[in-house]
Amino acid sequence: MREHRSEPIADGALTKVEERQLTASQWQLIWWRFRRHRAAMISLAVLILFYFIAAFAGFFAPRDPTRIDAQFAQAPPQPLVFYDEAGWHFPPIVYGYVGERDPKTLRKFYRVSADDRQQIRFFVKGDPYTLFGLIESDIHLIGLDDPTQPLFLVGTDLLGRDMLSRIIYGGQISLTVGLIGVFLSLILGILLGSVSGYYGGWIDVVIQRLIEVLRSIPTIPLWLTLSAALPRDLTQLQMYFGITVILSFIGWTEVARVVRGKFMSLRNEDFVLAARTIGTPRFRIIYRHMVPSFISHLIAALTLALPIMILSETALSFLGLGLRPPTISWGTLLDGTQNLTAIAITPWLLIPVMPIIFTVLAFNFVGDGLRDAADPYA
Amino acid sequence: MVGFILRRMLLFIPTLLFISILVFFLIQLPPGDFLDTLILRMQEGGSSVDAETEAVLRERYALDQPFLIQYGRWVGTIIIEGDFGRSFNWNRPVSDLIWSRLGWTMLISIGSILFTWALAFPIAIYSATNQYSFFDYFFSFVGFVGLAIPNFLLALVLMWIGFSVFGVSMGGLFSSEYRDAAWSIDKFLDFMSHLWVPIVVLGTAGTAGLIRTMRANLLDELNKPYVEAARAKGLRERRLVWKYPVRVALNPFISSLATLLPSMISGATIVSVVLGLPTTGPLMLDALLEQDMFLAGSFLLMLSFFTLVSTLISDILLLLVDPRIRLE
Repeated sequence: MREHRSEPIADGALTKVEERQLTASQWQLIWWRFRRHRAAMISLAVLILFYFIAAFAGFFAPRDPTRIDAQFAQAPPQPLVFYDEAGWHFPPIVYGYVGERDPKTLRKFYRVSADDRQQIRFFVKGDPYTLFGLIESDIHLIGLDDPTQPLFLVGTDLLGRDMLSRIIYGGQISLTVGLIGVFLSLILGILLGSVSGYYGGWIDVVIQRLIEVLRSIPTIPLWLTLSAALPRDLTQLQMYFGITVILSFIGWTEVARVVRGKFMSLRNEDFVLAARTIGTPRFRIIYRHMVPSFISHLIAALTLALPIMILSETALSFLGLGLRPPTISWGTLLDGTQNLTAIAITPWLLIPVMPIIFTVLAFNFVGDGLRDAADPYA
Repeated sequence: MVGFILRRMLLFIPTLLFISILVFFLIQLPPGDFLDTLILRMQEGGSSVDAETEAVLRERYALDQPFLIQYGRWVGTIIIEGDFGRSFNWNRPVSDLIWSRLGWTMLISIGSILFTWALAFPIAIYSATNQYSFFDYFFSFVGFVGLAIPNFLLALVLMWIGFSVFGVSMGGLFSSEYRDAAWSIDKFLDFMSHLWVPIVVLGTAGTAGLIRTMRANLLDELNKPYVEAARAKGLRERRLVWKYPVRVALNPFISSLATLLPSMISGATIVSVVLGLPTTGPLMLDALLEQDMFLAGSFLLMLSFFTLVSTLISDILLLLVDPRIRLE
């Protein structure tokens, strides 16, 4: 068929491009339009990279994030050196650290020893790790020949754990908390929103009142209260799910509102009427005909809700009511930065906010692009 | 019109009732009632509660009764006596602790809303009338960055800069010498020099969203035929923009009151902890960490109450400003 039509045709017929546009599926059209939003495309690439790194955290992290190296506690970031008097270095080198104490204040500080050149190598053996709970390995993307030597590209924390590795591992939690939270919001929101919009009547009134109630409670105080009510003796995993459920506690209301609004307007459309007249069950009308017609709007709305969840997890953990150490998330990493003196002495402990800011920005741009592309027939 | 307002106010009551049930449920969630915790506390501290006091408190808060009766008693004492229960952590009635803090929270939140409006209004109009210009892109980029930086981080960084560059402490609402002083011009100036920090920090987050909605609305409006017609008649551009499109696009400003206030209150909770402000945030956080649920619950209830009131006000204002809504 296709070869047949691809020949140049007479006037009034469709060009190849136009034909492709007419026969393309809804998602194909959305993708084409999304591709035109440059910031969204770059952001999408950044996000894919972030999730990829988080998935293979063990490989990308130079060290075991829980390994305590008391000898190098609170060490500042080591700069990468590409060039010094010994010439060019590629891969770059780092200079070794010598820990010393100020004789007066007894505060520990680190002197860079320029003779102690440590060559960074790719794919070196280091701390053992497990990928996806299955594959065991000890190959790291970057490392030193001697794994006991310091390699702290963004410094270490109070106990001498490598911040870079902790940030990379923290992404596993911080990047998925929002994702699962949004997923729960979506399920709950579609369910309640569609029931509310399809049936109307008293069910609608009750659900709408409930939404109004939940939305009029300021979120952070509500989340704080909910997480304070979580039992203290939960395991790390239970706590993680507890927090995602709490985060989606508000999120679903927005979804439900959008869904209900769409239902109200779609209920009287011809295709729904047609489905009803041929006796399609209600459930099937909702999920086979109505939901697909507005799901793209929903996804756009949720992409914009995701960064809020990521920020909220950070805020909760920062305040000590979200995830707690030893769980590593971007929020718990910021735990120690609550007071000024800590920041004045160890400013690099604030570095975990960089991935937070980039992730939030990227999700915002992707959400923006999706929103513009959500209705390709418009 | 009056009918609408009345109906709207009537709806206010069941919503508030719903919220109070939810809050009370949350107060009850942690295991044990507050009296058990209180007694445990006192014993840890070396003192004890005599049986008589215990019985009186148990009776007063109906602690042995089922959930609904306890709830009824709780709501009843709030409405009739203004008694929100007891904070066992402070061993004082909750009502002694919350009012001044609620006042500061509201002051800072409302200040931040005014700041947000003052910032968003000119920027949104500029961005819409100069679409795709350099400053349009610049403002939307700055807005996005403001959205992406966690509030508490901005507060920390501002404090750090104030401390290391200017050598001043920007935390709190007063310098130490004015904290207990009577109100005077100097104290007021000192107060203002502290107040801008939380207001700017909170304002940056909300501004981006408001600019975007207002810009979008104004753009929609500017593309309508009546604008074209006015332009064709030779109306000056400035007059053309201000006469109708801006007024129509103002709606998000008014309806933003309902969404901005809760988000300001939310944000203020964290920012206050970082900046050490005497608002609800730090006390509520302490209460939660100590499972002092009556205190925490009362804050939650009152903050929600203010939010509801703000929704009501914004609905009524919207009604006054936009006649189209009245007809629906």
